[in-house]
Amino acid sequence: MWNQAKKLPYLLIAPSAAFLMIFFLYPFASVITQAFEHSSTDGYSLTNFQEVFSHWKFSISLENTLLLTAAVVPIQLALALLMATMVNSMRKGRDLILYIWTIPLGISDLAAGIIWLVIFEQTGFLNSLMLNLGLIERPVALLTYQNPMMIFVAIALAEIWRATAIMLVILVAGIGLIPREYYEAASVFRASKWQQFIRITLPLLKPSLQTALILRVILAFEVFAVVAALGGTLFPVLMGETYIYQFDLLNSGAAAAIALVILGLSIAFTLIVLRILKVPKGVTM
Amino acid sequence: MTHSVASGKSIRFLYIASIVLLCAWVLGPLYLLAVNALSSPDTINQFPMNLIPEFDLESLIFFANFYGMLDALINSITVALFTMCFSICLGAPAGYALARFDFVGKELFRVIILMTRAFPLPLLALPLAVFFIETGLDDTAFGLSLVHTTLALPFAILITFSLFSGVPRELEEAAWTLGCNRFAAFRFVILPLILPGITASAIFAFVISWNEVFASAVLTIQNRTLTAFLLQNLDTAPLHLKFAGGFILVVPAIVFIFAVRKYLFAMWGISNR
Repeated sequence: MWNQAKKLPYLLIAPSAAFLMIFFLYPFASVITQAFEHSSTDGYSLTNFQEVFSHWKFSISLENTLLLTAAVVPIQLALALLMATMVNSMRKGRDLILYIWTIPLGISDLAAGIIWLVIFEQTGFLNSLMLNLGLIERPVALLTYQNPMMIFVAIALAEIWRATAIMLVILVAGIGLIPREYYEAASVFRASKWQQFIRITLPLLKPSLQTALILRVILAFEVFAVVAALGGTLFPVLMGETYIYQFDLLNSGAAAAIALVILGLSIAFTLIVLRILKVPKGVTM
Repeated sequence: MTHSVASGKSIRFLYIASIVLLCAWVLGPLYLLAVNALSSPDTINQFPMNLIPEFDLESLIFFANFYGMLDALINSITVALFTMCFSICLGAPAGYALARFDFVGKELFRVIILMTRAFPLPLLALPLAVFFIETGLDDTAFGLSLVHTTLALPFAILITFSLFSGVPRELEEAAWTLGCNRFAAFRFVILPLILPGITASAIFAFVISWNEVFASAVLTIQNRTLTAFLLQNLDTAPLHLKFAGGFILVVPAIVFIFAVRKYLFAMWGISNR
């Protein structure tokens, strides 16, 4: 009976396939054409890109986005690996700890920005703490243009706080797939915990590391609401510029051009990760 | 011997201390938000801050009475409910097909599903803005929920795929030999088994939509969702309004993640293969 119904599987996937055609492939194609179309010229041109690239904010927002990614993702990877191995060796309370550590997974990036604003705003908890420690005498404005480093730190902390959970979940799922026997065999040969981690966990975790890194970095290139909540216009990032072009300046051609830059970065990085963390065929579990 | 026992003990202490520390790292900021949201506006703007909330609802009442806020809240819920329905109705059949049948094009379909995850999806709202204006879908909950469904659908397909894979084919076959047709077998044998999982994936779709900021901010103007409304008012809104808004955003998310916690790993782990 499974083989009798030749048409059934197609009927079942047809709705979602059609949906993805209209709302994923079509807009994907049209964001590309939109970026190359400009009202001043017929046909396709690079006018939108020239306009975007020549604006002084573009190089800053590109730099900010990349710096933030470079600062945040390695810390998240290390933290997620640490948390995942800790969870794996837990006997009691595993579910509770795992639930607590994955809470940020459900929290909107906007909410995460607001949460860290509670700490960093002028009458916030960081200033209160510093006052109690006698470091300052009155509240100082932390998130101002004189203080770009503090804005960067606040945004980075909020990002690390919010989005480590997504890597954690992927890594915990991956570690769960590694057969216990490998560790038992390693113990027989008196391999230390550290050696087991380096020689067994890391190599066998490659597929999960790959997924986690790709997903996380793409999300990092899309950083938007956290920055809007903590840095406002003081810390321009690519996604924020896209929003400004689209919504405030009503220049959808320029918005599409930056969107393509983000898309290009995402694809380039995905390919790099796939290359560095190459998983030999047939080894995946 | 005593030395190794002592070092074993200190390692154990270090281990537990880091677990506690990491829990505090996650919960601490949430607690501070709750303290602020549950304090009066005066207290929030006062300095220094107190670590204990005064359980004053003035900030939350101010939030509820702020012009446009309740509408935004209702819009958020409407969009999220639409998204939930669409992603399950479209995703579950596809998940079933992937789990049960081998067919030409299956690999291509799976690759497209996985591809959607490797793209900055909210950006697709840009070209859709034009398309929506042409079709009259702009600034509607329905239109926005279609975009959110693009975000949630891949998850719905992947999780239902893993759910259906977990139910042995033999159960269905047994139902057929006992006289059930395909639909009845699905309805009375398979569906009851996977209903909790379907609910979890529906909840997850709800959370994805509820939390989404960029597409909501681009595609709605009058009918802002809560995230879009808060984003728009970030520059001008007083602190207590922001904190109350953040609090309202966070609370359902925490509850929902608790409800789906068992399925999180099925959802993400599957992307390895």
